[in-house]
Formats: sequence, C-alpha cells, structure tokens
Amino acid sequence: METTLDRLRAGGRGQVAAFLGDIDAQRYLEMGLTPGTEIEVVRFAPLGDPMEIRVRGYALSIRKSDAACITILPA
Amino acid sequence: MNPVESVARQAPVQSTPAALFRIAVLGNPNTGKSTLFNALTGSRQKIGNYPGVTVERKVGRLRAEGPTSPIELIDLPGTYSMAARSLDEQLATEVLLGRVAGEDPVQGLLVVVDASNLERNLYLTTQLLEFGLPVVVALTMIDIAEHRGIEIDGRRLADALNAPVVAVHPVSGKGIDELRARMADLGDMPARVRPPIPYPEPLRRGVEAMQHRLEPHGLRPGFAEAIRLLVDQGGAIERSLSERSGTEAVALVRTIREENADPAQPYILQESVTRYAWIREIVSQTVRRQAVSRGSQGQERLDRVLTHKFWGLLALVIVMGAVFQSIFSAATPAMDLIDRGTGALGTLASGALGDGALGSLVVDGVIGGVGSVVIFLPQILILFFLIALLEESGYLARAAFLMDRIFARVGLSGRSFIPLLSSFACAVPGVMASRVIEDRKTRMATILLAPLMSCSARLPVYTVLIAAVVPSVMVLGLVDTQALAMLAMYLLGITLAWPLGWIFRRTLFRGKSSAFLIELPPYRVPQWNSVLRTVLERGWAFLVRAGTVIFAISIVVWALNYFPHPTEIHDRYDGLRNQTTDASALTELDAREAAEYQHQSFLGKAGKLIEPLVRPLGWDWRIGSAAIASFPAREVVISTLGVIFSVGDSENEDTLRRSIVNARREDGSRLFDLATALSLMVFFALCAQCAATLAVIRREANSWRWPAFVFGYMSVLAYLGALCTYQVTRLLTGVSG
Repeated sequence: METTLDRLRAGGRGQVAAFLGDIDAQRYLEMGLTPGTEIEVVRFAPLGDPMEIRVRGYALSIRKSDAACITILPA
Repeated sequence: MNPVESVARQAPVQSTPAALFRIAVLGNPNTGKSTLFNALTGSRQKIGNYPGVTVERKVGRLRAEGPTSPIELIDLPGTYSMAARSLDEQLATEVLLGRVAGEDPVQGLLVVVDASNLERNLYLTTQLLEFGLPVVVALTMIDIAEHRGIEIDGRRLADALNAPVVAVHPVSGKGIDELRARMADLGDMPARVRPPIPYPEPLRRGVEAMQHRLEPHGLRPGFAEAIRLLVDQGGAIERSLSERSGTEAVALVRTIREENADPAQPYILQESVTRYAWIREIVSQTVRRQAVSRGSQGQERLDRVLTHKFWGLLALVIVMGAVFQSIFSAATPAMDLIDRGTGALGTLASGALGDGALGSLVVDGVIGGVGSVVIFLPQILILFFLIALLEESGYLARAAFLMDRIFARVGLSGRSFIPLLSSFACAVPGVMASRVIEDRKTRMATILLAPLMSCSARLPVYTVLIAAVVPSVMVLGLVDTQALAMLAMYLLGITLAWPLGWIFRRTLFRGKSSAFLIELPPYRVPQWNSVLRTVLERGWAFLVRAGTVIFAISIVVWALNYFPHPTEIHDRYDGLRNQTTDASALTELDAREAAEYQHQSFLGKAGKLIEPLVRPLGWDWRIGSAAIASFPAREVVISTLGVIFSVGDSENEDTLRRSIVNARREDGSRLFDLATALSLMVFFALCAQCAATLAVIRREANSWRWPAFVFGYMSVLAYLGALCTYQVTRLLTGVSG
C-alpha cells in the first residue's frame, strides 16, 4: 500500500515510488532518490520538521512539505 | 544578462604560457576537496574573483615533480550534479566547456570522490567522464569508509571508470605523490571514451539530435553539453545558448526535446535512473561490505544526543552561546589594541603633520577611516574560525537541521541561523557567513535582515544614552530598568525581522526556494590546516574588497566635517588662549573651538538643513548632524556628540554622560529627556549606518542595488520607529507637545 515519505515513522523503511505535486524532483533524483531506491527514516528534528533520511548509504535532511510529494512503497 | 556570459564578452583575454597544463578540480561538497587542493598546491595559490561575478576563483600550481611541464589546478565549487543551478555551478560548467574568457580551456579533470559515500559521488563523476577530457579520480575519506566496513578495490574501480584511481589521505600525505604522478601523465592519455551507460532510446536520440542539428546556430555540443541541453529545461546551458545564439536556437532545442520525449518518462528520470543503475552495478563489483563496525555506531550515538529533543537543543544553545560570547568578548582585547594602535598612529601623524588640513586628512580621514575597517578584523577572524570548525566537524549541518522549522515559517531556512546570530556581534561577518545558504532567494533575504540584529557597535550608543536618561529602578525586585531598556533594544530588531522576512520572501524574492536538501555528513575531526586557511582567506577578502569602499566613504565624511574650516575661528581662539595659562581652561577652549568648527562645517549646515525633518523625533540640529556623521560607522555618533557638546575627550563615558544630561535646548530645557534619548536609541537600533556592512552586502550581492535598498528600508524603519517612540513616550510621560 503506497504512502508518502512524510507519513513514515522514525525507523520506517520503504522504496521510492514517484514524485507528485509541487517539488523539484530533479534535485532529489540527482541525490539518488530514484524510483525503487531503498530509504529509511532516521529521525525527525526536535521541532517535528525537517526529517533525516538515509539513502544510498548517506544521511540527508529534507522538509516534510517535500517529503509529502514523494510516494513510498513501505517495506 | 547572464553574468557568466558577460564575462565571456567583456573580460580581456589573458593568455598563460602554453606549456602550462590546466586541470580542474571537481567533486561533491563534503569530500575534503579543499584539503586535497591545499595539500597538492601548498601555499602556491591565487584567490580572486571571476571578473564580473562573485564566484571565487581559486588556482594553484602543483608542486613540481620531475621534468614534467608545470600543472595549474583550478578549484571549482563543490556540486552534486552538472545540472547547474547556482551561479557557482554554472561557472563550473562554463569553465569545463572552455567558455570563460580569460580562462584557457582546461585539459584534464581531477575528480574528488568520497569513498564512504561512493554511489552518490559517482553520479557527478560519471557526468564528468562524459566531457571527454582525461580524468584522474582521487578517493578521499578512506578511513571513514573502513570504519563503516566499506572496502574498495581501486584497480577494479579504475577499470570500470576507465580512469586512474588513487586513494589519498591529504593530512598524512598518503597517496599524494602517486596522485601527482598520475596528474602529470594526464597529458599523454588517449582521448577519453564515454562510459558505456545504457541510456534509453529516447534520451540517446535526443542527445544525438542536439549534437547535430544545432550546427546552423554555430554550436556543435559534445555529449556532456548535449545531454544537459536535453534534460535541463530552462537550465544554465540553455540560458547561455539563448544569449549567444538567440531565441531561434532555443526554439530548436525545445523542438528536439518534444520530438524525442517519452510521456511516461521525463528525460531527467531516464538520465538519473540509468546512471544510478550503472553506478550500482560498478559498486557491486568493486566494493566489499562488512558488518557495520563500531565506528559508525559511535557516529549514530553522537547524532542521537546532538539531535535529541532536549539534549540536542541544549547543546545547540551552549555551542551558539560560546560562539556569540567569543565574538563578543574574545575579540575585545585585539579590538582595543587596534583602537589604541590607530590612536597612537594618529597622535604620531598629527605631531609630524601639524593641525592643518593635511594633518586632519591623514589623522581623521585616512588613519581613522582605515582604523574603522581594521577594527572589525578580530571579530571576522574569530567568527570564521569558529564557523569553519563547526562546518568541518559536521555540526553546522545539524544546527541547520535543528533550527530549520523556526526559520521556514518566514521563508528562511535553518542555514540562516548562523549568519543572523553572528550579526549580533557584527553584521559584516554575518553577511559573509550567509554564503552557506545555497538557495539564492533565502540567502538574499537573510542578508537583508542581518543588519537589523543589534551589533556590538550599537552597544556604546545604548550604554551611554541609557546611563544618561533611564533611571535605575528595580522592577519587581528582580530586573533593573536600565537592563530592561537594553534588552528592549535587542528585541526590537529581532521582532521586526520576522514580519520583514516574511514580506521580503513574498515580494522581492517570491516563489518557492529550491529544495531545502542538506546532507548530514559524518562527524569528523576538523583539519586545522584548512580551517586556518579559510580564516585567512576570508579576512583578507574583507580587508581588500570592503576596505577600499569604507575608506573612500570615510574620506568624504571627513571632508564634510572639516570644511570650510575658516581660519578666523582659529585666530580668535588663539587670542583667547594667550590670555590664560590655566590647563583646564585651555582644554575647555580647545573643546569649544572644535565645537565651533563643527558648527561651521558642511556637516553642521546639513544638520541645520534637516532640522525640520528630525524635530518630530525630538532631535535638534546637533543630533541631526551627528546622525549624518555616523553614516560610515554608527559608533561614531558617540564621538561626534562628544565633539558637539564640547567634551573634548569623548572616550571618557562619564564626562560624556554628564554633558548629555546637561545639554540644553535653546529654550533652556533639557535636550536629552527620556523621549529624545529613546528615540535616538531606536533610530540607531534600526538604521543602516554602517559603511562596512553596506560594502559587504554590495560585494555579496554583486550590485549596488541591494545595499541601497537595505539603507533605504532601514532608514525608513529607523525614522518611523524613532518618530513613534518620541511621540508615544511624550504622551505617556504626560509632556504636552
């Protein structure tokens, strides 16, 4: 069942499915979030936003508003 | 017009000796590229700007080895992809394509790759391999990779990339000699073959069409340029094509895009998916992974604390408190020393040159002007030292991660935090520190807000005026009213910055900022070498580029304050001086003479001219002219008031305070009542009376428009603020107008 990245919990994993809506998808694709790529949510910042994700072996901070545009196939 | 293109048209072409072999150094951010560049070139570096743009140009000579021809290294800005977005990245692309005038084409590439983050780093690498230039790959961060149980077979990687791969450790010097040798060989390498990345049919056909069909427009792009033209709609390469070859060429580019488009798969999806699939294939052949070792567990434990809801925020408060405290207090001894140094130099010069116009020019204009620039240097050096430490250690990215939420509300980002915080010490390093913000709109909004933070130069203004007019009363037995008044001044700028930031991001810098996407690099021990180098580079850049502007402005204000300088005044006071021998009476006479000159000067006249404008603020012409005189640096207002109120030695705050208390209006009432003093303080809290800040903004924004705007909006804010303060205070204190 598909969900969006911002709805995963800390520790949640999944595969990137698609980019929808108002997002600069090119940036994310270049940083390695291509469809099918495994990602893991490491944590949320103390104030709830942004979130830290792990992708292709490195850590990336992204805002929830962008994460809401990335659909995920949960593992 | 595109600034990079303007360079190509206007800059004079300087040619370097033909024997020089030029290699561009590229890599992702956080790969240790600068450290490697320093290790390769040592002190043989030249840092400047590309003409007409703010992008820093850094070149160095390779320390020579053997009888090979000399090699010049060009350090290009760190980037994740060749799809240029920022000015920095665009310039990097243009350098590789040999399109920057004054720059000979590069003949080879050194690509710096972080071994602990191989997949993402190879994305840029494969793009660079497609330029057709000979390439050497330097693998850095081997130790971190090993900690994480990543072992790379360098030979296999070299085979797969069809380029030499050298593992380096710049600090210990391991691998540096071999890397030098490989770079020296680059000239003899056969022309590069593109890596065999199996792009989908539509992308390949599109690239081919770009390569062949643009010829009528004078362009025969290589593969690397053609793929960017195809993939990056409205990208940097397309913009530069439109300027060189006109709209028809761009129309053709769009047609080619449409003809080959696959509605199910945008080009960028085709490119990134295929590239990463090819990279993963290589990585699986060349990398052996072991179970995660203790090293990366330590990293994770550190992160758990430093990004924790409570401990993380506490750590941030402590770190920032320490940064703030050290710019505030650790710089003081050095600043005092500079202050005393320029004072002593002034005394020396006035002794040698006498009291005439030349003496005054040298002492007040030149030495005073240069002194007002150099005085900021300790704070700048300390701030940049600390920022470089935090950046290199990986903490700066975490600080941005923690704070982003708060700043995002008004359209700024977590990256705005450090520049704004630094501005409480001094807006000059604060504005310079905003370079860490990649997104242009966010960066500009941050720069425009930085001068609103109450800097240390406002402190003497607050101290003197508060001491003079605010009675010291304990409120609720806890806080002193004088301390409260001081706090209110600091809060004023912060409180106004929020709505203003919101407004700027909705008017001047409208639109979504580029994604707030920051890498959280592994923590590591900072390299002192490169930290110190960064600090010195920044300090020097400030002295040279901002210094010249401030210097010129200081001279102008000096002249306005000095001329016409009628000799009649001097003669009259000489007569009076001859009638007394009492030392204190002589000092008194000197002070009165200085005040009378002030009265006569253009500045004094200007003060009288603007008196109707400043009267609603509760000021008289003397305060008005002091405000004008403090344009180069707001702390000057204190010494100017000192001169006007005949204190003589204005450095003595106590005497100055008394003279401010005693200053009278023409009707005999006190000049500085509570309302006037508060109005003056509010004015100085909000105004942009600082030539150094304006000069630095000009430098960072590369246009006079922005410093002019900052001066304009802050002056309006200051005037309105002072007006409200004066009128409201008078209403509250029950004085009728």
